Amino acid sequence: MLSISDAALRPISEVETGQAVPGQWFRVRARLSRRARILLAFASILLPLGLWSTVSYVPFIWHPDMLISDPGDVDYFQPGMRVDKAMFASEIANAKTNGTAPPVGTPANPVYLPAPGDVLMAFYTSFTTPPMDQNGLWLHQSLWQSIQTIFWGFVISSMIGVPLGILCGAHSAAARLVEPFVEFFRYLPAPAFSTLCVAVLGIYAGPKIAIIVIGTLFQQILIIANTTRKADFSLVEAALTLGTKNLRLLTKVVIPSVLPDLYRDQRVLLGWAWTYLIVAELVGASSGISLFITQQSRYQHFANVYAAIAMIGILGLGMDLILAALGRKLFPWDRSAS
Amino acid sequence: MTKIPMPDTTMSYLDQSDAVKERLDRLKARDVILRVDRLTKQFQAGKNQVTALDEISFETHRREFLCIIGPSGCGKSTLIRILAGLETLSDGQVLLDNRPVNGPGRERGMVFQGYTLFPWLTVRKNVMFGLRMNNVSRFDAEKQANEWLDLIGLKKFADYYPHQLSGGMKQRVAIIRALVNHPRILLMDEPFSALDAQTRARMQAYLLEIWKKIDITVIFITHDLDEAIFLADRILVLSAHPGRLQELIEVPLERPRRLEHFGSAEFAATKARLEALIHPPTEGGEDEAYPSVPLLTDVRDNVE
Repeated sequence: MLSISDAALRPISEVETGQAVPGQWFRVRARLSRRARILLAFASILLPLGLWSTVSYVPFIWHPDMLISDPGDVDYFQPGMRVDKAMFASEIANAKTNGTAPPVGTPANPVYLPAPGDVLMAFYTSFTTPPMDQNGLWLHQSLWQSIQTIFWGFVISSMIGVPLGILCGAHSAAARLVEPFVEFFRYLPAPAFSTLCVAVLGIYAGPKIAIIVIGTLFQQILIIANTTRKADFSLVEAALTLGTKNLRLLTKVVIPSVLPDLYRDQRVLLGWAWTYLIVAELVGASSGISLFITQQSRYQHFANVYAAIAMIGILGLGMDLILAALGRKLFPWDRSAS
Repeated sequence: MTKIPMPDTTMSYLDQSDAVKERLDRLKARDVILRVDRLTKQFQAGKNQVTALDEISFETHRREFLCIIGPSGCGKSTLIRILAGLETLSDGQVLLDNRPVNGPGRERGMVFQGYTLFPWLTVRKNVMFGLRMNNVSRFDAEKQANEWLDLIGLKKFADYYPHQLSGGMKQRVAIIRALVNHPRILLMDEPFSALDAQTRARMQAYLLEIWKKIDITVIFITHDLDEAIFLADRILVLSAHPGRLQELIEVPLERPRRLEHFGSAEFAATKARLEALIHPPTEGGEDEAYPSVPLLTDVRDNVE
């Protein structure tokens, strides 16, 4: 007797209806209701935030240090200083045996883990705090500098990478000529070229943009070429039987047919460019948000550091969401977008 | 399909009524549009040279409706793709209006099984595409596209995108997208096989309606015998491995074709002949009976 597993016989219609039945969340590729999707999206932000808040605000969880409010008679303690609990306990014991005034303090996390509230405050205060030296930049100016670096790096990379990628995707001869070299080059880490870039392009914006271009371009050529290669060939054949020739085949059929996918690729690659930002800005004369971050961490203003890092994430995500919405407007016929 | 009464089996598919004979004679008196001369297609499969099509020769006359059928693997799709210029031939030649065919061109329109409408263009722009590629002005192209869309009753859908249409609508657009270009010949590669039975029947009648009204020669590939008999003036039957021409059958049915023809003796005789050609009683291969399936369940109730 052959037994057919009953999972195979179970009707799949209940999955298809989109009504959330709790157990179904765990099914492979289960369809979720709109409410469930929104709920999960919030949870994906709130869960790590909740964890962070718990560690920060519940005094008996972790808190390995003591924040000194009154040093007592301990001569090397100062108000606002953080010492680890063992040292604090031993100084209290010393004070007890010597009869001197014991130090007073509250349990605290290390300086590198500010509480969420402090970071939230820093979002505002870091914009209102004037730069530390006269020639320094306000935070909004630093951010603007970073955005410009990303913008020009990505634009220059795209101006070369997109046409070259499309060419490689459409013509095998071009692909064979270009891709082996690109395949090799894309494994070279972009920061390795920093000194070379400074030597050639100076210390200001030039080398920074170059690093972003080096980091993005070679991936871009390959990704765009692969997407172009996936163009539906039956559409090309249909166009051929309608009398389409040569260059028009590329501009009127191949490119339009992969345009939404190319657009998606560009969004992914823009994210890629952001990840090279910090390294790029430390090349030559530091600039932009990276300069702000390094300065703030030097003064141990870690709340500001976290806020600045979060700003990069928010900027990147915000830009991507805008581009995604724009994509839906631009390609109303593209069903894989929605 | 409804049960049809058993037809008169003494009838031969070669018997033609006077009306049919007269119409076919008229057809054969017309100019030859397409001449296929000892067309051979070979390709390399690993180390072996495989002959897909072996010395195929036939002619089609102007305004003929020719169907090509054959068992799977007979190379009928390869044949029509060679006619379209999408594939090269190894030997022989294809002449359209006495000029050799070399690569794809607008004088041979094609309708594919998978619609192949351009998803980024609206219905109207899909129809305009061929005209625009052949340097017709935007204004004229739009005018002609609108006329054709009106003709097939899809004017309302001119600004829709292909994904918003049903399969039958898509294929109607694909047909006029090819026809608006004024091809000499329309090549159709199993165009209705992705459609449901009802839509397919309507599309067949509709295609005949269009074909009747304009000056177009149709070569239509199908694996559906009923479809071939219903549509064609003549049916070209291919055999498989290698693809060879078996017989060119003249369909002994009158026009206009009607659904009643499906029950006629001529229809049954032609179908019997096609069956015999395509599924000869052989041993082995696909025709061998599948092994009987043992009872796989312990339930006692019989489903039949």
